[in-house]
Amino acid sequence: MSSPAAVPTANPGLQLLSAKRRKVVFDPFLDNNPVTVQVLGICSSLAVTVQLERALVMAAGVTAVTACSNVAISLLRNYIPPSIRIIVQLSVIASMVIVVDQLLQAYMYDVAKSLSVFVGLIITNCIVMGRAEAYAMSNPPVDSFLDGLGNGLGYGSILVTLAIVREIFGSGTLLGFTVVPQAVYDLGYANMGLMVLAPGAFILLGLIIWAQRTWTGYTETT
Amino acid sequence: MIEQYVSLAVKQVFVENILLAYFLGMCSFLACSKKVETAVGLGAAVIFVLGITTPVNWVINEFLLKKGALAWAGMGDIDLSFLQLVGFIAVIAAMTQLVEMILDRYVPSLYNALGIFLPLIAVNCAILGGSLFMVEREYDFGESVVYGLSAGSGWALAIVSMSAIRYRMRYSNVPNGLKGLGITMLTTGLMAIAFMSFAGISF
Repeated sequence: MSSPAAVPTANPGLQLLSAKRRKVVFDPFLDNNPVTVQVLGICSSLAVTVQLERALVMAAGVTAVTACSNVAISLLRNYIPPSIRIIVQLSVIASMVIVVDQLLQAYMYDVAKSLSVFVGLIITNCIVMGRAEAYAMSNPPVDSFLDGLGNGLGYGSILVTLAIVREIFGSGTLLGFTVVPQAVYDLGYANMGLMVLAPGAFILLGLIIWAQRTWTGYTETT
Repeated sequence: MIEQYVSLAVKQVFVENILLAYFLGMCSFLACSKKVETAVGLGAAVIFVLGITTPVNWVINEFLLKKGALAWAGMGDIDLSFLQLVGFIAVIAAMTQLVEMILDRYVPSLYNALGIFLPLIAVNCAILGGSLFMVEREYDFGESVVYGLSAGSGWALAIVSMSAIRYRMRYSNVPNGLKGLGITMLTTGLMAIAFMSFAGISF
């Protein structure tokens, strides 16, 4: 299963974009990743990564919501009074999430059930809100769309990495197919129950953050 | 009756801690756990907001949004449950605004200490998550009150203990890439393991 929102990055038409726009799309993958650098959207990235399938659906959902709400808010940005902008942003985002929620329940009922409340919680995912507030409120629609796309995919990349590790080590499968051969189990290997549970997710994300920050040389000043 | 509420409360605070088992409210947990005073203030604000919004959302869901909920108005066949998310978030935003005004008026020091994170309670996933879990688990009104308060207390407990740990951690030498977020995630993981031992207790 491939996520529909991931298609545009493979698009050769991207070369037509200016360097600035390319930076807007690709920066969130590593240097300015929403999860590991900006510390946004941690909740859902931990909760939905027990299985890769859920993580892919969630990543697609968040990317779609971020991109669409960024465009909507960017179009409205000159008409939103600053004092009530939070509630306006929330209602735009909530409407997008309702559309995603209804689509999931109509076409992928099982996944929607297993994601339980976390589809609804995209509303309070700080990435969506953060991008709306920090970028879409002051930039034109096309740039905002790309920014939303890039941040959604940057979030998705962390989600998928976490999910792959957790599913392989936690239950020995990937997308539901068994990948750890029986022979390995015969040698005395066992699935790590910790990976499926909450603590495994926290520790794994901590390690990923460590690895990524060592690579990019980003240090937090405390 | 009382026993049922007590067991629900203990379960929500320790066994099914909304932060350590369901990962809700991580953003403000990570950002506001640097000082114990801020953590206590935010914890109290979350208990308050969650304790109010969960029952209010229960009423809204039961009498306005649920399938057949409008029967009292003679419109029993209307199903407004798709408006659930918008309705809930509107209640939460209004409640947060209320708390902000109360704190600004009566406890200005706490109001200044919480700063930007007070309005952000509106987008704290623990609050919306509490309401959504309340619907999913089909609590009745009494249970939703207990659930809101105890889930908030569980969150407050987690953030206060985390801020105490981080306070001590200032004196330790953490590798550069692990500073800040990284070490906090690892510590949270260890805390979650500790809380999991409560799961063995049955009520």
